[in-house]
Amino acid sequence: MSIFDRAARGFLLVELVAGMWLTFKSMFKPKHTINYPYEKGPLSPRFRGEHALRRYPNGEERCIACKLCEAVCPAQAITIEAEPRADGSRRTTRYDIDMTKCIYCGFCQEACPVDAIVEGPNYEFSKETREELFYNKGKLLRNGERWESELANNIDLDAPYR
Amino acid sequence: MAEFFQLYVAPVAWIIGGILAITVPLLLGVAYLTFAERKVIGWIQLRRGPNVVGPFGLLQPIADGLKLFLKETVIPASANRIVFVLAPMITFILALIAWAVIPFGEGLVLADINVGVLYLFAISSLGVYGIIMAGWASNSKYAFLGALRSAAQMVSYEVSIGFVIITVLLAVGSLNLSDIVMAQNGGILHWHFLPLLPMFIVFFISALAETNRAPFDLPEAEAELVSGYNVEYSSMTFAMFFLGEYANMILMSGMTVVLFLGGWLPPFDMHPFTIIPGPIWFVLKIMAVLFLFLWVRATFPRYRYDQLMRLGWKVFLPLSLVFVVLTAGFLLVFDLLPVAGGGK
Repeated sequence: MSIFDRAARGFLLVELVAGMWLTFKSMFKPKHTINYPYEKGPLSPRFRGEHALRRYPNGEERCIACKLCEAVCPAQAITIEAEPRADGSRRTTRYDIDMTKCIYCGFCQEACPVDAIVEGPNYEFSKETREELFYNKGKLLRNGERWESELANNIDLDAPYR
Repeated sequence: MAEFFQLYVAPVAWIIGGILAITVPLLLGVAYLTFAERKVIGWIQLRRGPNVVGPFGLLQPIADGLKLFLKETVIPASANRIVFVLAPMITFILALIAWAVIPFGEGLVLADINVGVLYLFAISSLGVYGIIMAGWASNSKYAFLGALRSAAQMVSYEVSIGFVIITVLLAVGSLNLSDIVMAQNGGILHWHFLPLLPMFIVFFISALAETNRAPFDLPEAEAELVSGYNVEYSSMTFAMFFLGEYANMILMSGMTVVLFLGGWLPPFDMHPFTIIPGPIWFVLKIMAVLFLFLWVRATFPRYRYDQLMRLGWKVFLPLSLVFVVLTAGFLLVFDLLPVAGGGK
């Protein structure tokens, strides 16, 4: 490009005006962001969010206190204590997850032989204190009751790939 | 007693009323300018911008202000307390008092002084002091570096702004802002931005640099200086800097409108345009220039410091100087020099 050409382009701010025209046009394009609290993006059935302990359809707890999840947990966030129940079956007396330690790797649900501990689709469980994030068995079972339909659906959707 | 009232109380009340009538809408304008900035930049970046607080997010600036108001004012242990607290006040006050001479309409001006342009120029030059004081009093290296940069930048671009103003003054023949506006009477073709187009662009770009706006926002370059001269500020002291900065933006837009875009005059001297009162035209034009400020911010990346200085001293200064000579020569040769007292 000759020097006059370059000088003319520089003084007439050709590049700057072109750039501004580009940004002006983009003002009227559809937005890329979603209107988050009112509108949410799609989630994979494998999404690993908040944990839940599931029950069988007859209301019996699935967890048999095999402690595989406790053993596999790389962050050592799970604590389980177990005793035989009055009817002789083995059940947990304590099932705690420290959600501040959990790294959401999903190993617990992979290890579980009875699909009892699962990571559900819920990711909106921020709390104001640490104590609220120390989940106990009751809280996990309540999560299971609350999310059961989604959890069962996600397991069904993912089953062909396992 | 009646005489006392007539001589002192009534004028003071009148002036205070005028001050309130300017500052209250101005501060509201500043608040909504921050909102508009976030919205416009959001749209350009294909985002939505704030839209949760109130209808269309319209209460967002109020929530922001309330948040700043309720925060704790932290004064660093090694800071010079008096200067530290004084600096944001100076920035804020200087951004407000300049509005005294801006004419909003025919005769609608708080102080119709005959050196209005000089007053504006002086006040905007003083604005550097608030920033320097903040940087020095914070006793923090980032704040100090930011303040130094800011001072150097504002001083450099003031020189070319001065020459640009001189070209306008040559064409008008008066330092009174109302006269400058009235000299552009008669529709969009008579506004100064057309015959003085290069100077209009130089003025606008210098105004960006003068108000430390992107792409010249080096003093507050987040990446390298964390936030420049206002790192150590919090709560209302920060809010005052923020308000002052945005009020300065509106002020520079106001100056652009008065000097180049025909102030309160309608764009066409015809029936449907002349019904709309002058102040509304003035505000509309200021809003258009402010949109340009935001648009430029969303478009261009930040200048490097040496590029900034090169642009100021090696491009704008010679260009504006040459244009002063050209304008003066043109007016002299074609015998168009304005007569004293305004008008051509």
